[in-house]
Formats: sequence, structure tokens, C-alpha cells
Amino acid sequence: MVNIKIDNIALQVNEGATILDAAKQIGIEIPTLCYFKDLNEIGACRVCVVEIKGNERLAAACNTVAAEGMEIFTNSPRVREARKVNVELILSQHDCHCPTCVRSGNCSLQKVANDLNIIGFSYENAPEANVCSGGFPLVREASKCIKCMRCVQVCDKVQSLNIWEVKNTGGRTTIGVKGGKKLWDTDCSLCGQCITHCPVGALRVRDDTDKVYAALADESKVTVLQIAPAVRTAWAESLGLTKEEATEKRMVAAAKALGFDYVFDTDFAADLTIMEEGSEFLHRLQNGGTLPLMTSCCPGWVRFLKGQYPEFTDNLSTAKSPQGMFGAVAKSYFAEKIGVDPHNIFCASIMPCTAKKHEVAIPNLNDACGDPDVDVSLTTRELARMLRADHIDVKALPEAEFDSPLGTATGAGVIFGATGGVMEAALRSAYYLVTGKNADADFFKGVRGLDGWKEMTYDVAGTPVRVAVASGLGNTRKLMEALKKGEVEYDFIEVMACPGGCAGGGGQPIHDGEEKAGERGQILYDLDKSYALRYSHENPEVLALYKDFMEQPLSHKAHELLHTDHYGWNMPS
Amino acid sequence: MNRFTIPTPARAQGVIDGLYADLGRRLQSNPTGICPVDLTRAFLDVCHSQSCGKCTPCRVGLGQLQTLLTQVLDGKATEATLSLLQKTARVIAATADCAIGYEGARLLLRALDACRDDFEAHLKGGCTASFAAPVPCLSHCPAHVDIPGYIGLVRAGRYADAVRLVRKDNPFPSACALICEHPCETHCRRRLLDDAVNIRGLKRMAVDCAGDVPVPAPAEKTGKTVAVIGGGPSGLTAAYFLALMGHSVTVFEKRKQLGGMLRYGIPSYRLPRETLDAEIKAILSAGITAKTGVDVGADLSFADLRRDFDAVYISIGAHTDNKLGIEGESGKGVISAVEMLRGIGDGDLPDFSGKNVVIIGGGNVAMDCTRSSMRLGAKTVTCVYRRRKEDMTALPEEVEGAIAEGCEVLELAAPEKIELDENGSAAALWVQPQMISDIKRGRPAPIKADAEHQRIPADIIVVAIGQAIESEHFAENGLETKWGRIVADMNTVVKGQDGVFSGGDCVTGPATAIRAIAAGKAAAGAIDAYFGFRHEISVDVEIPAPPAQPQPPCGRINLPERPAAERRFDFKLMEFPMTLQQAAQESARCLRCDHYGFGAFKGGREFSW
Repeated sequence: MVNIKIDNIALQVNEGATILDAAKQIGIEIPTLCYFKDLNEIGACRVCVVEIKGNERLAAACNTVAAEGMEIFTNSPRVREARKVNVELILSQHDCHCPTCVRSGNCSLQKVANDLNIIGFSYENAPEANVCSGGFPLVREASKCIKCMRCVQVCDKVQSLNIWEVKNTGGRTTIGVKGGKKLWDTDCSLCGQCITHCPVGALRVRDDTDKVYAALADESKVTVLQIAPAVRTAWAESLGLTKEEATEKRMVAAAKALGFDYVFDTDFAADLTIMEEGSEFLHRLQNGGTLPLMTSCCPGWVRFLKGQYPEFTDNLSTAKSPQGMFGAVAKSYFAEKIGVDPHNIFCASIMPCTAKKHEVAIPNLNDACGDPDVDVSLTTRELARMLRADHIDVKALPEAEFDSPLGTATGAGVIFGATGGVMEAALRSAYYLVTGKNADADFFKGVRGLDGWKEMTYDVAGTPVRVAVASGLGNTRKLMEALKKGEVEYDFIEVMACPGGCAGGGGQPIHDGEEKAGERGQILYDLDKSYALRYSHENPEVLALYKDFMEQPLSHKAHELLHTDHYGWNMPS
Repeated sequence: MNRFTIPTPARAQGVIDGLYADLGRRLQSNPTGICPVDLTRAFLDVCHSQSCGKCTPCRVGLGQLQTLLTQVLDGKATEATLSLLQKTARVIAATADCAIGYEGARLLLRALDACRDDFEAHLKGGCTASFAAPVPCLSHCPAHVDIPGYIGLVRAGRYADAVRLVRKDNPFPSACALICEHPCETHCRRRLLDDAVNIRGLKRMAVDCAGDVPVPAPAEKTGKTVAVIGGGPSGLTAAYFLALMGHSVTVFEKRKQLGGMLRYGIPSYRLPRETLDAEIKAILSAGITAKTGVDVGADLSFADLRRDFDAVYISIGAHTDNKLGIEGESGKGVISAVEMLRGIGDGDLPDFSGKNVVIIGGGNVAMDCTRSSMRLGAKTVTCVYRRRKEDMTALPEEVEGAIAEGCEVLELAAPEKIELDENGSAAALWVQPQMISDIKRGRPAPIKADAEHQRIPADIIVVAIGQAIESEHFAENGLETKWGRIVADMNTVVKGQDGVFSGGDCVTGPATAIRAIAAGKAAAGAIDAYFGFRHEISVDVEIPAPPAQPQPPCGRINLPERPAAERRFDFKLMEFPMTLQQAAQESARCLRCDHYGFGAFKGGREFSW
């Protein structure tokens, strides 16, 4: 233990603790900006500086280790002056049109500047010029970048894609795409982790809400909305609702309040995915098909595989993602059912994801009627912004049910939003398909949890099934390298690009400094437990779909509508 | 009013002079990789501020150059801008009235010429620069030794851990602690405050205080075999890392003992034999077989080794001499530096008692011969060099040391002929006096002075004008050579020869021990990859956190030497180590660039390779 004093309060801290951690221990808050625990402890912004008695210079609290006998002052006159000047310097190169910024109200720079009572500019305001983002789903506004380097760090250290780099030197230092490329010419997975780790509005997702408003205003369109599993864990985080108020059913009510004709559940399509992908797995297992089978629900992962490991394309399940399956079903089965020309169906989705915006634009995902299966994919954050724009008092809305016939889901579909969830759901149904009976719904819970690379072997009617689950692309790369070298062997692999899965997705609400995947994932597991139906093969609407329209899993029709050719497009794209 | 006053510098001028000195040191330690266009613009800014303002080209032109360069940096320039820059600078260089103007313009012309690619990259809106040396010492050490790490460990008194950390990248901590040319110190960021940290001195502290530190256990045997030809620093480094990776290594050494130039080039007053022997013993303890006295090319052939081993690393060094090509060179008493130092290396000390010894050359090897000759009892020792003393490539402290020991340095003297006596033995060296003249390729070149030849009596003449490589056997076996050097790429791969690698002096020409060590490290990685492995070399040593604040400006501690009058008579180590008190202060001078600055973000530490 180390004995120190902070603001005249004596305390003991662990060996190796930083001044920032030590101060937190006694409730003293030191403002930070570039700092992100375990990811970016580089002392770049110099906002967290403190005074150490006897030292001529101020020290960064975030990465200075508390040493025996240190006397630290967090609000001395020198600290106050330094903190304010450094924030003003950052502001001098920041586009301060805050009211029109997507991060207004959720911006760490705005908060720290406000907290420090900075009024007006001491320096000339000259932000870097923006570069055209070319309509790519990931947008960078150089004029807002504060060079905290978090985007570089998360892409390098966590996602192992190294898309961003520090460019230039001296006063012209900035962040750019590695090798001077355009973002859309790289293997960017569009996971969006750089966005959710950006403390300001320099990185954001392309806003597509206008397209949705246009469809809602078009009387010839039947507007159909689907909402992904992980969205329900986070949709109201920025709307001031408690966890108890932010229920799944209230989310449905809110979406309906926006004016959609039908609000359906992507979880239904997740159950459908399990029927197809689970059957595909058994088919490959029993007929010597390409193994290990790799899940294809996560478009960030699919982009990663196609860019970095294209030789494994045949391992990808040909099943479309739940989003894609939903769109194809909406514009065929459902259109037929309500007697509407599928061209007049406008299908939007709310996804916790950035890469889904790429997925809806894949040219060969148009199997229902020639139009894109899904017209627009919005993020959870865009949903929240639409609710705010319409000034909907969501707290006051009575709960509502998803519409039918694409609105019923099982617990298996719900857990798709957490790492391991697809695998667990698939195993629940595969077990049934092989043995004709259900294993306990929690039998496969070994694949749950936030470990980046999990592996389990399950006995399914005498056949050992070796499965692996990875989340985060850095972990995924390790798995893929081991697989390539023959160090590991599996039958079935689930990958989600974002650490913790979709719950921690790049389209989810941003809370600077926090990783929320674990907490949100737990909401999904709690929902699963609360559901009467927990096996995809028991979803009555899915069964009806097969009976009335799709015949059976892997049927000709299912292949046509629910499966895709991953060779139909190329990375980079 | 007096018509002349004694100038007394104003206080402000004193401060400005100090700023110039600071700026000079700052420029010396310039971080590598920064944008040359931006830097040139900044230089021009300084030049412009120095203008008296009298003449158009300097007063206006230097300013316009900056404006144009800013356009380039802003990505607003075209080829026409570069042409205009070139033309304007050309005119300023030709017409400015004094050097303040024309030298400023020439600076830009040189940059435009040498860094054309960087200028052109900006036309396309991109800058190719990136901060290349986040931790200057580590980046400039050819072997990438974790210098801030071991300095932190020395500061904490964890000497054995410091040695283990060095060995992760360099198995010669003790030898390097004594003889490394320490390129790490060149760009030391501490120079911005005062002077570079004495890095080598602190490494010596670590090895002196560490005691015996066992080498790590090798990885599981891979069954692969490697022949290393040449047991010098490069060969033994490769052998050491390859052995740790689990490969079976056999070193073939032509001489009686291992060590290469560390033994046969560096005299023991700089690197004691017992230190070298202990180091080699530690390296061999990683499980290396060494066969000394085996001449590849005579006792067995390169082809034999290629057949019998899965890979071969050629690190034969540069062990033969260059000839002067003057009359009398084949006379008795005329010897080459390599010959002399080789004998000393094996303990065959020639007796120079009462002899007049002349050494020809100005490099470190010439200094080793000069100072060894004094220790061998010579009556007089004279080092003869064509250029000036300050142009010598030897380290200045070596030259000063030799002079302090009583050696003469005869500068500006070009050997003309060797006078032999009736027995065919050397009697004198005749030299042609030189005058230093124009700077050619960055170095002042000597020309013949209008002066008579000079006679320097000499019983022994040592020719130390560079070494050559005995690569004929390998050339005969199909390896490409250029000026006698074996051709290999940056990864030590010999093109067109499957499983053959080469590095060290035999590839680069005579260079430093640390560069040879770096080549050995690169070879080990390349050979491991060639076998299809990716063994990681790492060490489990926790680096102490840096102090919250480094020391204020503080003088550098240099290592003292034994008095010249005493050390000139023996071959015992002449340099003293630091005291504990000194090491405590010196290690605290380290600015810990692994933690502060860019190092905290990228490149602070290479945990493994």
C-alpha cells in the first residue's frame, strides 16, 4: 500500500494505482477527456493534470502512478488555470456549432468546457477542414476531432483492423485512414466501435432518418418496422427512463407513436434464422459439408471475414441475417397476406449496429421482389433521436404488443443480441432436430459471458459438437489464426464483431467511458428466462410461416428468400 | 561620446544567445520521421527572422518561400507551386547579397532535391510523415533494446532484471556495456534540457552489479538445424536466439576462439577477455554447439553445410586488410591492423620495445592499434592521417585518449612511400603534407599542400585503412557479392539461395558490434519464419513506473578513466564504472520516453519480438 494525500486528505492506495484512481477512491472527481480506462491512458489532452507538491510541472492524473508520500492538489490555482487553458486550446480547433452536432448533450468536450465555466473564446477558432465521407455509413468530421486517439486505439487494440492512424506531424498532426486510403477502400468492418468510443462528434453514423420520414409521409407505402433484439436493452437510455420503465412493450408503443403501420420483432426472424442455420449446420455435419460452419448474422464479422479471411467464405452460413430474412419475409409472405404489392412495402429496421447500414445496401439482398429486402436500417441512437424530434413522452405511453404475424418471438430469438446467444439458440434447436426432444433451455449456457473467445463441446445424441464463440474482432483474429494453423478444430463458430455482441454494438447509445455490453446482455438473458417459449422451433408464427408459405427449412423457397450468396459482392465495399 | 566603446553584451542578448544554443541542441536531437516540408518551412522562418532587411531576395523572397510552402502543406499547391518555389529559391541563392539570404534559399533547394517525394505527396493532399521514433533511444538502437526499461530497473536497483531485459534483444549486455558506440544517445530527448543520458554507463552499472544471470530456458526442440558460419557478435546473436527458439545450432569459427571482432578487433583494455569469455559462456549455455578452428572453404565447404543443415547463417565479418598500394608496403615490419589485433586477441603480444611505430588511418581501428602499440612498449607511436584530427572517423574520446597516453597524431599527411633498409625492413614512412580544402560529399577533402615530403622514422608500420571481406568461397558457390560484400536483404535473406541467410560486417562492410548484433537478431527471426514458426522472444520483467517528474536540468556523468600515465603500460580495463551515487543521479535523468510523450500512445515498449 502507498500513503498519499489528495487535497489534504490522507489515504492509502494500492501499489500501482494512478492518481485518477486514487482520487476516485475518496470521491474526488478529476475531469478527463482523452482517457478511457484500459484502452487509452496516454495523457494526451492534459485536462486531468494535477499538482504534486514539490514538482515544478503538473502531472497527468490518468497515467501517473501514486508514489509514497505524494501530496496532490486537484484544484490548486495552477491546476485551475492549466485545465482551462488546455480545454480552450482544444476548443480553438474544434467546430463549436454544438446545437447542430449529433453529440450535443452527450459530448465530453462540451461537458468539460461547461463544467470549467469557459465562456467565449480566448483564441481564434480555426478547426481543421472536413473531408467528404462519400456516403459511407461511417462519417468522420475532422473539424470536430480532438485527437484523443481513442479511435486508433480501439481499432488497433480491440478490433485489430488498424484502419485509423496518426497522420502528419507537428501542428498538422491529425487522424486519417491508414495508407491515405478512402475509408470505403479499406477493410473497415463498420463495427462502429470507433464511434462509440469517440468523446465528441468527430465520428458518427450516417443519419438516415430523413428516408424514413419520407416513407412515413408517402401514403402509397405500407411502413413496416422491425426492431433488433439488443435495441430493447438500450433504446431509452438517452430518454431518461428507468430500467423498469424502459420495457420492451413500451419500446413497441414508442415505435408505433412514430407512425409506422406495423411494428414487428426482428427476434421473430432470429428464430427463423435458427431454423435455417441450425438445419444447415446439421445438413453440413451429416453430409460432409464445409465445416466449421460460421454464423452470418453479424455484418461487421462478415465484412471482416470477406476482407481479411476470404478463403473462409464457404464456411459462412448461407442463411441471411435476421434483418435480411425479416425483409424478405415482409416483402413476400406478409405482402401476400395483407394483399399489398411488395414494391409498396417500405421496410425499416432499428439495429444496434453500424454495419447493418452496409448490409441493407448489398445488391443481391433483394430476393423478395427485386427491391432491397430492407430499405433503411437505423441505429438505436437514430430511434431515440426520432422519438425526441417528435417530442413523444415515452414514459407516459401505455405498453403495446408487437404486431402479428411477424411479431412473436421466443427466448432463443431474444438472446441473439448477446455474445453466445446465436450459438445457444442454435444448439437448443439443433439438439431438438437431432434427438426429437428438448434439452433444458439453460443446458447450453456455457457459451454465455463476456470472454472474448469461448469454446465448449456438447454431446448431441452421441455426437460431440465442438463450438466456439468469439466477440470483438481482435479475439476473432486470434481464433481465425489458430484455426488456419490447425491449432484448434471446431464444428460451429459464432462471431460478433463488437465486444460483448450486439448489446455493445456500434449503433447503441453512447456513454463515454463505459462499456455496457455486459449489463445490457443480462437484460436479454432475463427476458429469455421470462418467456414461455424458449426454443425457436416452437415459435408458432415461424411454424405457421413454414406451414403456409416456406414449406420447410432449406426448402427451395427458403433457399430463394432466406439464403444468400456471399460471393455476390466484394470487399472493400 | 567616445568614438569607440568596449562592447558589453546586453542581458537580453545573453538570453538570445542561450536560446540559440538551446535551439542548436534541439535540432541535434531532432525526432526522426517528422514532415520535412513543415520542418523546412520552420527553418526558413528562422532564416527570415535573421534578415537585416536590406536586400530584396532575402527580405521578400524568404517570406514568399514560406507562403508557398504553407500552400504546399495546406494541400493547396500544384506542380506549378513547386516550380515557383524552385525558381524563387534559385534566384535568392544567386542574388542575395549575404549568406543569411543565400544559405537560407539553398537550404530549401537541398530539401526540394532530397525530399521531392514528400513535397509531391502534399500535392496529392497527403503527408507521408509519421513520428518514426517515439522512444528515440530504442528506435535508434539497431537491436531495439528497451533502454528506458533497463534504466528504470537500474534506478530501482534491479540489476539482474535489467540484464534479462537487455538480453531479450541483445545477448551481449556486458560487451556492449563497454564498447557499444551507443547510437541510442544521439537523439536522446534529454538533449533538449542539457545532454544525452549516459546510457552505456548505466548499462555497465547493470552488468557489473547483476552477478551471474542465467539465460532463459529454450523452447521445445523443433528438430531443425542451423549452421552459423562465423562466431562473432552477429553469428553468436543469431545462434543464441535460434537456440532459445528450440532449433539446434552449430557455430563454425575459423579462429581459435569465439568472439569475432570483439576478441580479434577490440583490445582488452576496452573489453577485458574474462568479461568477453563469461559473456560467450552465457550465450553458449542456451545450448549451442561451437566448433572453433574450422575454416569453411578449406576444412569443409559451404555446400557440405547446406546439405547437412536446414538453414545456414553466414556472418564471417570483415577480417582481411585493405592495402595502401604504395612503394615498400611488402617490406618487413609493415603489418595490417587486423593482423596485429588478431595476434593480440589470441594473446600473442608482439614486443614493440624501443621501436618507432607508425599507424596509418583515422578510424577506431587505427586508434586501437595506436593505443595498443603504446602498451606494447613502443618508443614512439605516431598516427598518420590524411585529413584533420576533427575529420577522423574514430570517436573523439579515443583520439583524445591516445594523445593523453603519449601518442602523436600527425594530421594532414598522406602516405607516399615506405623506405626500407638494406634488410628489406621498414625504416621510415614518407608523407606528402596536405591542406584541407573543399567539402565533398559532406566531408572536407584534403588536397596536396605546396610543401616538401616529410620523413617519419618507423620500425613498424601498421596499416589501418579499413577491412575487407573474405567472401570468395561463397561467391564461388553462387552467392552474389558486391565489392566483396555478400548481398542479402534487410531480413538477412540471401536471394536465390533457399535457406541461406547472411548479416553483419560481411554484408554491410565494417560497422559496429551493435549493428552486427541487430543483424543476428533479424536472422534468427527470419530463419525461424523460414522454418514455419513464430517463436516469440519475450521476458517477464515488470518495468518500474517512471517518476512523476524527471530531474531538473543536470549535468551528464561521464565515466572516468585510469590516469593515462598508468594505463598506457598495460592492457587492463581503462574505464571506471559509475558509483552508486552517480548511477542514482544519472538514471534519474532519463526522461522515460516510453511513458511520456508519444511513447505512451504507440511504441513505448516492445514486449516481445
